[in-house]
Amino acid sequence: MKTIKNIGLVIFLIGLGIFTALPLIGTFSLSQSDFDQLVMDNNLKSELFISAIEQDVVGKQFEGMQSLSPIVSNALDKANTRHRKNKEYKKVIYIKQYDMAAMIGKRAGSGFIAKNKGLMWFLTFGLGIFGALLYILPNVVLLGQKGIKNDGIYLENATNRGWIAWLVFVSLVTFYLVLYFRPQFAVNWTYLVDPISMELSGNAAGHWFVYGFMYCVVMTVMAVRMYIKYRHNVYQMVRTTSVLFFQIVFAFLIPEIMVRLQMPYYDFKNAFPLDYDFFFQWNLRSLINSGGIGLFILVWGTVLTLVIVPVMVYFFGKRWYCSWVCGCGGLAETLGDPYRQHSSKTLLSWKVERWLVHGVLVFAVGMTLMTLYSFFSETGTVLGIKTASVQNSYSLLIGSFFAGVIGTGFYPIFGNRVWCRFGCPLAAYLGFVQRFKSRFRITTNGGQCISCGNCSTYCEQGIDVRAYAQKGENIIRSSCVGCGICSAVCPRGVLKLENGPEKGRINPTQVLLGNDVDLMHLVNDK
Amino acid sequence: METIVIIGNGISGVTAARHIRKLSDKRIVIISAESEYFFSRTALMYVYMGHMKFEHTQPYENWFWKKNRIELVHGYVTTLDHKNKQLHLKEGEPLAYDKLIIATGSKPNRFGWPGQDLKGVQGMYSKQELEQLEKDAPDNEACHRAVIVGGGLIGIELAEMLRSRDIPVTFLVRESSFWNGVLPEGESQMINEHIREHHIDLRLSTNLVEILADENGKARAVVTDKGDTIECNLVGLTAGVTPNVDFLKGSGIELGRGVKVNRFLETNIPDIYGIGDCAEQHESIGNRRPIEAVWYTGRMMGETLAQTICGNKLEYKPGHWFNSAKFLDIEYQTYGWVFNDNARKEYEEHFHWRHPKEKICITISYHKENRLFLGINTFGIRMRHEIFDQWLSEERSVDHVMEYLKDANFDPEFYTQYEDAIVQSYNQQFGTTIQPRKKSWKRIFIKA
Ligand SMILES: Cc1cc2nc3c(=O)[nH]c(=O)nc-3n(C[C@H](O)[C@H](O)[C@H](O)COP(=O)(O)OP(=O)(O)OC[C@H]3O[C@@H](n4cnc5c(N)ncnc54)[C@H](O)[C@@H]3O)c2cc1C
Ligand code: SF4
Repeated sequence: MKTIKNIGLVIFLIGLGIFTALPLIGTFSLSQSDFDQLVMDNNLKSELFISAIEQDVVGKQFEGMQSLSPIVSNALDKANTRHRKNKEYKKVIYIKQYDMAAMIGKRAGSGFIAKNKGLMWFLTFGLGIFGALLYILPNVVLLGQKGIKNDGIYLENATNRGWIAWLVFVSLVTFYLVLYFRPQFAVNWTYLVDPISMELSGNAAGHWFVYGFMYCVVMTVMAVRMYIKYRHNVYQMVRTTSVLFFQIVFAFLIPEIMVRLQMPYYDFKNAFPLDYDFFFQWNLRSLINSGGIGLFILVWGTVLTLVIVPVMVYFFGKRWYCSWVCGCGGLAETLGDPYRQHSSKTLLSWKVERWLVHGVLVFAVGMTLMTLYSFFSETGTVLGIKTASVQNSYSLLIGSFFAGVIGTGFYPIFGNRVWCRFGCPLAAYLGFVQRFKSRFRITTNGGQCISCGNCSTYCEQGIDVRAYAQKGENIIRSSCVGCGICSAVCPRGVLKLENGPEKGRINPTQVLLGNDVDLMHLVNDK
Repeated sequence: METIVIIGNGISGVTAARHIRKLSDKRIVIISAESEYFFSRTALMYVYMGHMKFEHTQPYENWFWKKNRIELVHGYVTTLDHKNKQLHLKEGEPLAYDKLIIATGSKPNRFGWPGQDLKGVQGMYSKQELEQLEKDAPDNEACHRAVIVGGGLIGIELAEMLRSRDIPVTFLVRESSFWNGVLPEGESQMINEHIREHHIDLRLSTNLVEILADENGKARAVVTDKGDTIECNLVGLTAGVTPNVDFLKGSGIELGRGVKVNRFLETNIPDIYGIGDCAEQHESIGNRRPIEAVWYTGRMMGETLAQTICGNKLEYKPGHWFNSAKFLDIEYQTYGWVFNDNARKEYEEHFHWRHPKEKICITISYHKENRLFLGINTFGIRMRHEIFDQWLSEERSVDHVMEYLKDANFDPEFYTQYEDAIVQSYNQQFGTTIQPRKKSWKRIFIKA
């Protein structure tokens, strides 16, 4: 069994290795006709740029995007500078340098990779999936009796912030940086999933399709791991199935199919303000211009945030969203599960959390109010501040860096819910509802707690669960996403997530159940 | 300002300190030789098993003590001079007190076995013993086999710890079945099975005779009363604990096995109190033992004594008995009294249900004449403390318990529930026709 695991690991690493090498290899040569098409599709008017590319790129062969990309960037930069100087604003190209490079790269791919998409898929995704499953499946036998399997977590390099964890950290961060800021290097990856994308939406894959596909694959494989690890715990099984379903069907398939049907790309479960650009002008316009379905989405998105989300939180706690439906939560609960113990439990981090997460919520709401004002009054500035620049800073700082690079990249070192805990404005909003008006709580079982600390250690949201449990107090915290792991790891059966009457939900106690009844009355009933 | 000195920073001493701080402004000093800060002894196993780091066993952050003005002294108390109200420490100045709380806990039993002090022989009580274990049994290369002597809760934890690193374990248990000094037969049998499922070499009705040394004075094998010699590199002594009170001998404090205390937790000397594992009641309270070496008792004594120290003199009156443990993968909870087959009162009868396949069972004890509910043991099903406490106080009948059993279930959501099967089996056995009621939030949270 151990051998199978090791073979699996090797196969996985081969797949990962090839995948990692892809951004820097491959042959690219752009044909004149492809370029003409590109010029037409994007309505490019800059003859400077066009001639520069025709001269330096078309018909030439490049090895790796690193040789092609700077030429495109340079040409674009030069052309734009020139046009601006000459006040030829009509000719300025508003496509970002890297996106342009990615676009040209995508059409120019001509080597082995672009010609053997199926094979390349198998050598990367295929080997990765196969290897990972070979690594994970033997656990059915190796883990032995069903029950909590946390043996060795703090003894192993990968899960105890050892060099492997740091390596994973660096790789994840780099991957996200490429994805968000250097998409031209993702061109080869897009070839791998082109066939799948064609099947679904009828279009060739962009780098976000790669990401979406990978997201689903990673979640599925890691969900298998969850099923095996928590096979005694039905709550975990059901919850894992739920996040997986919502990711694959709602976040991945439905939007792609909608595109095929000429509808707007939309993830029906992605609620504002997590979906921060829902009310951006371009989105509103595109929805309004898409007829019935667009209007439906507009109404749905608004109702989702204003009615459905809070009402569901009232009945079930924010867990229904954060650990049953949400895509960010879904990745955190599957890929991130091995790292959940790294969230900081200090009081200081709780303070930082409250400032940050509520700060982001204010930022998101403020930005949206500005946007709506700009939209309806058709101005570009509010109180002298440019709406677009606020939107851009949010997209960059929160949307890309916080939610993406930090949110997932930081898993191996800072735990799997960094974004959800410190950054997600939707979580902050749900948290208010959960804290002040909800039936959800984690009930503490009388006096049974032995202060062992398993619950706190494995709380991905950094809640010091034990601090409540050892006082016999129910856990009512806005940040709790109801993953249910505290309850699972508690060796004394102290914790239960449940929805019940609001009365008595919050129950501060001084003296715990089991002691002198008179004393309990004396100090607990004030 | 009055100075309260507490010897021992375990759950009992720390609970007392916290509550004294809540109730008063007195100067509080806690002395401990074991660790700088309070940690949860019950969690030591998880450190070795890699579920947690030692720092995770500390329930309070390090700033907590200063903020609450609880002074911590890291040192060992050698003698108590109650005439001058002073403590002498191994190092440093003597420490004066106005009131003294002895909360020194326990130490592992050593029954005078030959070889019990060899290297590689240890108990599993303290932080130091945990560190020793890490040295002597880091993996199965360094430790080819461990022998554990004594089939109690700490013994089975030690077995689980060593198994988590794939170290072969032989488990010597004096009794004819695991922990059957406490558990009724059916449950004890089930745990035997489970221990063996974990590939632990369980040897029942087996006593340790001698531990043999190698040329370096390190344990190399044990000899049992069955005549077997078992080669090993580590011997774990887990045959119960005794109060850690040797340093008080001759101090004038009345000692039995532990520090003798009355119901106010006072010793024979004014202003000196004893709580937790080291305290021994003059007379047992109800069915409880005079020394109760459990976490909850230490905590409850701390809560009570703080009242007395702060001017509200209070008798120690623990409520209904409860306890819990985990046997490898099987969780155990108990509420009220369920006695084993020997200790069982003549009026006590049991209803036992066991799942046909899974390691899940319950035993309910009741009074055979008036069918009064006396207590429950549950394995693999979590139950609500509040509900059972209430039923015990209200002196409900076992039939009532059956009827409302669903209210008591505390398993996580979506778990399979066994109440119907349990009640059905109960009905069959007793010819009753009880219909289990649907769970009701209203009843569950009635007291809230
Ligand atoms: C491995 C293990 C698992 C356990 N699991 C459970 C469980 O699941 N449930 C349960 O109910 N109970 C459990 N127990 C028992 C429980 O831990 C004890 O009952 C409880 O810790 C006792 O607390 P205490 O405060 O009385 O003493 P302790 O925790 O023993 O604290 C006493 C402290 O005083 C110090 N001390 C002693 N003498 C001196 C001196 N002369 N000078 C300075 N310092 C001194 C000691 O070093 C020690 O640090 C377990 C015990 C062990 C060892
Ligand atoms: S895991 Fe359970 S027993 Fe341990 S501290 Fe948390 S609630 Fe208490």
